[in-house]
Amino acid sequence: MKEAILEFAQHYNYFITIFLMISGLFIVIARGNLIKKLIGLSLFQTSVYLLYLTPAKIHNGTAPIYDYAYDTYSNPLPHVLMLTAIVVGVATLALGLALVVRIKEAYGTIEEDEIFSKDPEAE
Amino acid sequence: MILANKAVENAADHAVAAAAANPPGITKLTENAELFVMMVLLTLLAAITLAIIRQRNMFGVVILAGIYSFLMASVMIILDAVDVAMTEASVGAGISTVVLLATLHLTQSIEYPQRRSVLIPFFISVVVGAALVWGTSGLPAFGAKTAPIHGHVAPTFIQYSADHKMPPNIVTAVLADFRGFDTLGEVTVVFTAGIGVLLLLQGGWRVTGNGRRSEDDDEQQGMDSSGGTA
Repeated sequence: MKEAILEFAQHYNYFITIFLMISGLFIVIARGNLIKKLIGLSLFQTSVYLLYLTPAKIHNGTAPIYDYAYDTYSNPLPHVLMLTAIVVGVATLALGLALVVRIKEAYGTIEEDEIFSKDPEAE
Repeated sequence: MILANKAVENAADHAVAAAAANPPGITKLTENAELFVMMVLLTLLAAITLAIIRQRNMFGVVILAGIYSFLMASVMIILDAVDVAMTEASVGAGISTVVLLATLHLTQSIEYPQRRSVLIPFFISVVVGAALVWGTSGLPAFGAKTAPIHGHVAPTFIQYSADHKMPPNIVTAVLADFRGFDTLGEVTVVFTAGIGVLLLLQGGWRVTGNGRRSEDDDEQQGMDSSGGTA
């Protein structure tokens, strides 16, 4: 029993990562508001940060900055990759939101259903 | 750089200092405390996510997304990813929130109720989630030093940047030196996205309902939200 709890605690990060991932997926598929869809996409992206950073951690290690007092550092490579991903993520979010503003100007709404009903070609 | 140099040269001092920083009795306690704090923060993250799904007022959703980013930054600090945590707090909770609020101002701040059923998306999400949970059973335990990820290039990065007097922050060394071209590509992506946003929002691109460019939109460059021309 105690081992099962420990096993669960040690994989808790991954369970939450998966929960955030499918929540983002759900928002993107199920919600019609375009801004909400983009926020769902951000949730999905953020779960990927967690997925990369979790295995980089070492117990009793420290942040990857040299210091006399430590000889174990967490893995710097996922940190670098996720720094890139965060910046690219906000760039794509801004581009998507600019498209949403244009859609609002062209159709007068940002709800998917109403856009489809105003645009017969999209059916 | 001096720090890095000395840390490598004085190996004996180094080991003594390391032992002093991590006395054996304390380490187990630290591990468990870290794990506990992180589980609490992750549970809060999941709760915020549920609130984001349920909330229909988009202003509330944006503020919840900001809280989410700060919680994620806290989790990253516990995961020893301090650079990523700073970036997430400034970019994820700062710039993203500002951009989202600006978009709300230009569009609408209420999400209308759904007309279609959410059953199929829910089913898809649950199936994907179940498959992923099944996949986690093979992953190494949290914080394990023997995990495969720590065995390949990571020790080389750490050792090489110490030997060649690179910046003490290894993330900086990898970002700017080892993977410099990657960063160049990142800058290109941000530049392209910026150009795209400028072109989309600048005006002068507006077309009227019958497909012609309208001439009288020029004074509307402030992009007010009343510009529904369809």
